[in-house]
Amino acid sequence: MSRVVLVTGGSRGIGLATALKFLALGDKVAVTYNTNKPSGDFLAVHCDVTKQEDVDRAFDLVESTLGPVEVLVSNAGITKDGLLLRMKESDFVSVVDANLTGTYRVCKRAAQSMLRARKGRMVLVSSVVGLLGQAGQANYAASKAGLIGFARSLARELGSRSITVNVVAPGPVDTDMTRALGDEKLAAFADLVPLGRIATPEEVAGVIAFLASPDAAYITGAVIPVDGGLGMGH
Amino acid sequence: MSQDLFERFTKCAVSMLSVDASKVTPEARFKEDLDADSLDLVEFVMELESEFGIEVPEQELEGITTVGQAFDLIKAKAK
Repeated sequence: MSRVVLVTGGSRGIGLATALKFLALGDKVAVTYNTNKPSGDFLAVHCDVTKQEDVDRAFDLVESTLGPVEVLVSNAGITKDGLLLRMKESDFVSVVDANLTGTYRVCKRAAQSMLRARKGRMVLVSSVVGLLGQAGQANYAASKAGLIGFARSLARELGSRSITVNVVAPGPVDTDMTRALGDEKLAAFADLVPLGRIATPEEVAGVIAFLASPDAAYITGAVIPVDGGLGMGH
Repeated sequence: MSQDLFERFTKCAVSMLSVDASKVTPEARFKEDLDADSLDLVEFVMELESEFGIEVPEQELEGITTVGQAFDLIKAKAK
């Protein structure tokens, strides 16, 4: 397709699988990473999405190297789990800053060139827990639920310029983030999933690529669950 | 001076609002005469900010409906 695609948080997990998926489709791909630089046939740019100057520098580099971003996948995210009474305000604020405000920063920057181009695709990676809730993840769930209202507002603001904004809400996926939960918790999670297993990152990447494809031109403001049925009805 | 400023202002309007330069007159109303929606105006203001190296806070834009009003605002800031 040869579009310019930017995936934030592309060093591993869903972000890396998404970058590889777009590469396989023939797109020009850039990823941002915060700690570990990934290697592959894509442009890897260091970017801490909690810093506006990092975001600006990353976009400047991507735009000058590959061109204006036509597909943005906002995927960078962190967890700092803990029960409410033990959750420090800094743990709440930092998770929301990375997951929700970080998405605001990259979407705002990407919208500038998409508005000029009169087209664009934004896909925000949320989570099933944004709608379902999860004990010990009040900060993470709040940030992921926030993405939905954010995306739907952008869908309304930018729709007249053929820019679509959609949300993917994965359930448990086989990534470092979920492995941190521990085998026992992960197995319990898998038992709750109607499909009886956790997802591969590629299964989420495929849906993200679909939302960026011509077939999804008339989909905007949608929340697509990729959760094996875990969140049905939410 | 003011003539030169208006030319630069008009250039921004032509490119961001996709209108003919001849339609950019002081009396022209953005919505009714230039067919600009709210997003067009946001982009236009951002273009003016970068063209003139100024900042236009949101609240100063309230009540501005015509080219003349907008140009007066820009002219005052561009000095």
